[in-house]
Amino acid sequence: MASDNDLFRVLVYDLAAAKGDIVMLPGRGEMIGGSGLAALLFAKYGEVAADALDPGQPIIFAIGPATGYFPLMSKTVAGFKSPYNGFYAESHAGGRSALALRFAGLDALVVIGRAKRPSVLVVGSRRLELLDTHYLWGADVFTTGKLLRKIAAGSSGHRSIMRIGPAGENGIGYACVNVDTYRHFGRLGLGAVMGAKNLKAVVVQGDADLPLPVDKGYAKLFKAIHEQVTSSGMMAKYHDLGTPANVLPLNELKSLPWRNMTATSDPEAAKISGEAFADELLMHNAACSGCPVGCIHIGMVREKFSDAHRFAIHQVAYDHEPNFAAGPMLGVTDPAEVLAINDMADRQGLDIISAGVALAWAVEATTKGLFSEKDTEVRLAFGDAEAFKRALWLLGHKANDFYALLGQGSMAAAKHYGGEEFACVLGQEMAGYATGETYFVSQTVGFRHSHLDTGAYSYDQKHKEKDVAAVVKFLIDDERERVLLTSLVGCLFARGVYKPDVIAEVLTSLGYPELAAGQDAAAEKARRARWRLKLATGYDPVLTRIPRRFAEITTWKGPVDAAYMEALRQAYAEAVLALVKEE
Amino acid sequence: MKVHRAVRMERCIGCHSCSLACARLVYKAVSWNKAGIRIRSTGGVSSGFQAILCLACDPAPCAAACPTGALTQRPSGGGVRLKKDLCIRCGKCAPACPVDAIYLDALGDPCVCLHCGQCIPYCPHDCLELVDADAPSAPCLESCHGER
Repeated sequence: MASDNDLFRVLVYDLAAAKGDIVMLPGRGEMIGGSGLAALLFAKYGEVAADALDPGQPIIFAIGPATGYFPLMSKTVAGFKSPYNGFYAESHAGGRSALALRFAGLDALVVIGRAKRPSVLVVGSRRLELLDTHYLWGADVFTTGKLLRKIAAGSSGHRSIMRIGPAGENGIGYACVNVDTYRHFGRLGLGAVMGAKNLKAVVVQGDADLPLPVDKGYAKLFKAIHEQVTSSGMMAKYHDLGTPANVLPLNELKSLPWRNMTATSDPEAAKISGEAFADELLMHNAACSGCPVGCIHIGMVREKFSDAHRFAIHQVAYDHEPNFAAGPMLGVTDPAEVLAINDMADRQGLDIISAGVALAWAVEATTKGLFSEKDTEVRLAFGDAEAFKRALWLLGHKANDFYALLGQGSMAAAKHYGGEEFACVLGQEMAGYATGETYFVSQTVGFRHSHLDTGAYSYDQKHKEKDVAAVVKFLIDDERERVLLTSLVGCLFARGVYKPDVIAEVLTSLGYPELAAGQDAAAEKARRARWRLKLATGYDPVLTRIPRRFAEITTWKGPVDAAYMEALRQAYAEAVLALVKEE
Repeated sequence: MKVHRAVRMERCIGCHSCSLACARLVYKAVSWNKAGIRIRSTGGVSSGFQAILCLACDPAPCAAACPTGALTQRPSGGGVRLKKDLCIRCGKCAPACPVDAIYLDALGDPCVCLHCGQCIPYCPHDCLELVDADAPSAPCLESCHGER
């Protein structure tokens, strides 16, 4: 690579000193950006042995070479050590974050240290300041956003506000970071890492203009990709009903977890289908900056708070995963209540997937008498939306010892109270796919413990045969393809568009012909780098366990085969270890 | 003459594809600022989006403020022409615009909508349109055009 092309431009900000450094770091040709860059930066600035909430640990926000230059290249990768599990972790978000970083002139922002007082970091192409915002400590996510639009004024429309709520301040293990109201760095507790740094928010102002790529074919290539994503129907499923379109098919396939996954289908599914949400509550769509698809679905909750016909309006973004966690998993089948539960989790700055699944465990544990209403402060029962809203407030505010434990995850609580066998935890609280062995193993062993690590949930819906070697090959190959996309950084919804030949054209037009030719090798390098970090921070995929509940269910394929699932888990774990050993 | 109007902004999803297209195709930059159309939220993304672009004033106060003839009134239909080689980067045009539609880049070069319509195909929700300049409609009301 040409040397200038190989350099990442990184702002490293020390909250304790209230000073930043611009660091030019080589490695583009090997690590691409995004996932690869985050791993590169954690290896440089992170401390594998230190606690996740140690002030010295970095928070890394990384974008990639294609960010802002092509459609759907609209995501930011956060790299950090997770307070949920103690391992190196990634979380991804869109909103305006990616383009704001691009137009702030950065490939990555690294935040280290702990601010002396609760603060907000404001970053722009010609601005860098740490604002004392002690008065925002304790404020919910939406109030924080509203006030910051005034406090950190400038670049309206071209600015990203990434902030935490009470859950992050209180160190909840699955506290999220809210990005521009409707998107999140959701899973694995980045919000708690920000809270431990006294960092209420990061505001990124995208206020610089960049030169056009030299390649004459750039505008033409952009046009071709734009036309493909907007007119081919390829992305229709994402902007029509959106991901909740999955509900009815999953329910039909006995693959939708209900009531702490005591069932995998239910006749009530139609009430909370994608169609029901669209017909009853959908207000409008929104988009991440730089993405013409507009997959963000925003529903309206009209809350009647007085008999004199007084209403409060809540606008709540919805998707399959949050809907699953606040809906069927909790036995809630009124779409408006599903959104109201989501809204409460959002205000606290809690990841709703983790929080909803943890509460589902708490309901079952309650019925089994493992703790009392004295612990939960509210009687938890499937279908009782009011109780769940109250519980989410208590969880976000770490109201007592019970919620402090539950805030470290349902498995942490189960280790104390009992009930590990029915905690729906696959590395972290499960996502909304009870599709079978492939998915359960993928989320359990996978790098992010996310449904997006691989296409396992889709594989389960198409494959009945039990072929350990074939499945492991699929998981290993699919992960690498996804790491390539999350290093560019593209939205994973774009994986049908950005095939290897298109990625090669993109990278060539941006002036990275060698990277275009060596994209697979670079993606492999990035993939292994992040695995190496995860292992260095203590993760052993062989020691993972799948709770008994996952072997007790029936999907369209029949009862889950526990022995096959265990063989698959071990084989995938060994394959992951082999990736790192091969180096 | 045609005039570019953001006639259906209530459909806008905030993807910024229009601004990026104008920057890419007209102002030869990668930017969401260096463009003749820019998208802002009207107070957080939950409150909807607003397009900031030239309203095709006639007479145009920006042209009146320009001391060199870099910005001149279009022959008909309102709006201005921009001759970059005449611009001395004095910055008088931007504050003269009543709707803040002229962006001055870091060097002081003005960017304003030239009513060329190149951004329009990039809007996924058909918010933007080139309309006849002599059509009898108010320039500053967005949805009015569609309901004429």
